[in-house]
Amino acid sequence: MRELTYVEALREMMSQEMRENENVFLMGEDIGVYGGAFGVTRGMIEEFGPERVRNTPISEAGITGSAIGSALTGMQPIVELQFSDFITIAMDQLANQAAKLRYMYGGKGNVPMVLRTPAGSGTGAAAQHSQSLEAWVAHIPGLKVVQPSTAYDAKGLLKAAIDDPNPVIFYEHKLLYKTSSEDVPEEPYSIPLGQADVKREGEDVTIIATTVMVHRALEAAKSLAEEGISVEVIDPRSIVPLDEETIIQSVIKTNRVVVAHEAVKRGGYGGEIASMITESEAFDFLDAPVKRLGASPVPVPYNPELEKAMTPQTEDLIRAVKDTLNRE
Amino acid sequence: MTTNILEQAEGHFEMFQVLNEEGEVVNKEALPDLSDEDLKELMKRMVYTRIFDQRAVSLNRQGRLGFYAPVAGQEASMLGSQYALEQKDWIIPGYRDVPQIVWHGLPLYQAFLFSRGHFHGGQIPEELNVLSPQIIIGAQIVQTAGVALGLKKKGKDSVAITYTGDGGASQGDFYEGMNFAGSFKAPAIFVVQNNQFAISVPAGEQTAAKTIAQKAVAAGIPGVQVDGMDVLAVYAATQEARSRALNGEGPTLLETLCYRYGPHTMAGDDPTRYRTSDLDDEWEKRDPLVRFRKYLESKDLWSEEQENEVVDKAKEEIKAAIKEADDTPKQKVSDLIENMHEVLPPHLKDQLEEYREKESK
Ligand SMILES: Cc1ncc(C[n+]2csc(CCOP(=O)(O)OP(=O)(O)O)c2C)c(N)n1
Ligand SMILES: [Mg+2]
Repeated sequence: MRELTYVEALREMMSQEMRENENVFLMGEDIGVYGGAFGVTRGMIEEFGPERVRNTPISEAGITGSAIGSALTGMQPIVELQFSDFITIAMDQLANQAAKLRYMYGGKGNVPMVLRTPAGSGTGAAAQHSQSLEAWVAHIPGLKVVQPSTAYDAKGLLKAAIDDPNPVIFYEHKLLYKTSSEDVPEEPYSIPLGQADVKREGEDVTIIATTVMVHRALEAAKSLAEEGISVEVIDPRSIVPLDEETIIQSVIKTNRVVVAHEAVKRGGYGGEIASMITESEAFDFLDAPVKRLGASPVPVPYNPELEKAMTPQTEDLIRAVKDTLNRE
Repeated sequence: MTTNILEQAEGHFEMFQVLNEEGEVVNKEALPDLSDEDLKELMKRMVYTRIFDQRAVSLNRQGRLGFYAPVAGQEASMLGSQYALEQKDWIIPGYRDVPQIVWHGLPLYQAFLFSRGHFHGGQIPEELNVLSPQIIIGAQIVQTAGVALGLKKKGKDSVAITYTGDGGASQGDFYEGMNFAGSFKAPAIFVVQNNQFAISVPAGEQTAAKTIAQKAVAAGIPGVQVDGMDVLAVYAATQEARSRALNGEGPTLLETLCYRYGPHTMAGDDPTRYRTSDLDDEWEKRDPLVRFRKYLESKDLWSEEQENEVVDKAKEEIKAAIKEADDTPKQKVSDLIENMHEVLPPHLKDQLEEYREKESK
């Protein structure tokens, strides 16, 4: 099948949707001729024109709020925030507005909006352009939170997010934009939100990893296999809704689990996953404490070596897996 | 009748200029009272800063500098406004506004360390009244209302000046900051350097307002559109805003019309994707250095030798500053931990020990 990059997969899905559905339009800073900070919308203004690929003034609250307003009246905006750190500026519109409007209107007012935004470190973008703040939005009832780790998933999840009648926060990862999948169908397809993917099957330890950490987990699994340790890698793909069943069944099988994300460990979503496991029937099957990996509680450093030092790397995952097995 | 009501809503804002593109005085009354030494100093700073910009761009290309947002084309706007300040005034800059804080007193090597993301680049010397360049667009503008309020409350006879761009003027923080300062009658000066683009978006797409200066009207403060390629106009306008602020008359908004000759930042922007070389040429004809040089030459105040002297001095000092930045000890993980809190919380103590131990080996 076709090989496509993460960026191309996103662009293809948006374009296909826009050809079919007049209500879908894009808003964001520099998404016109510039194609967005990471080139995701490149070429789209040429096809769809400036009304549907709308460059906005610099105002994250304005972009998000006006997207919500348009969504309430039947449009299906896809918003791009240039860096996910700027979600802080849009937070009232997301947490107090988008998340709650349907509920407060007694089920009579939908906000079918997708907010796409790049997160994560590893590109030397420093403290205010590198964070992973997905736990903030995951905490708010009413928002769905998606984190694709591959081009294939990106396309299918984006379709599901656009089709979803409720607001979806769609986290892309800067380090993944140029990665590709070899099996991306040309025709649109949808991956339901709340359906985890077992990226690698294994018997001894389960790693639950999100976004860029999925790739590090797969590398760790490969290297551990050489030592005779069989690792299962699960990518939840969306943290809200979370596919609890797939995770629980895997833990019942392997009896050991490592939860890994790039966000700061303290207050990160890994804590939620770990508690969910210990509250479930998988608890009786655990042979070791649930191990969590996340970033150190410091701002993301600009210096590339220090940046690496604060976020879990493949070696840290290998170490964590061995810890749960009590092996050196 | 009804049409009249709407017409009134359209403010008329004329660009304030002192020197035209030929370096001729077109507004005698507004000519600031500057000594020959001051005039030469202004020229010196602009020439120096142009060299600084060229060096910074090439050092970045060699991988010897990190984040850098080019400033060529904005020298008059940046340095004319800074020159109207006194040492006791505060500067709250955006990411592009490094020249102003350097001329206010930030050692050049620290500006380079800032670019490299070294924490010492953010350690502002004790007696220097500047904040570190703001990366989040708009955040500095509301902070400025607070800095100015603090100056007023402490009875300091000084002002706070902040800078943003044409894009920054769309952010909610911009309106909130001006409105706060206006309401507090705080001694603030808000400068919007309208360099015509916010990354790729032309200024005309940011707003339906004909000028950014007119945005002051809603905050109840004066707003002026200034020729930002004319260093004397920028100086004069800033000086007047400063006197008003010190007289307790509150803040002023200055919109300086200028142009960014280079890319948005050195992180891979290609301006040919969103602007034409005709537009570049049109603006380069208004170049602030060319214009001011003509003016000074007409007064016999500037020569090629003087210019070369400045160029050589700039090159030498930049070289020395880069060396000093190179010689600064590398930052360590333990530095990051220590820089976070004044008093280290218990959970970080163990980590700090752990890293110190590793680093001592
Ligand atoms: C809150 C926020 N949104 C977006 C950005 C990304 N960004 C950085 S610079 C820039 C354009 C700013 O343009 P302008 O205000 O005109 O200033 P200029 O760069 O032209 O000096 C954008 C969108 C940011 N740094 N902060
Ligand atoms: Mg600008």
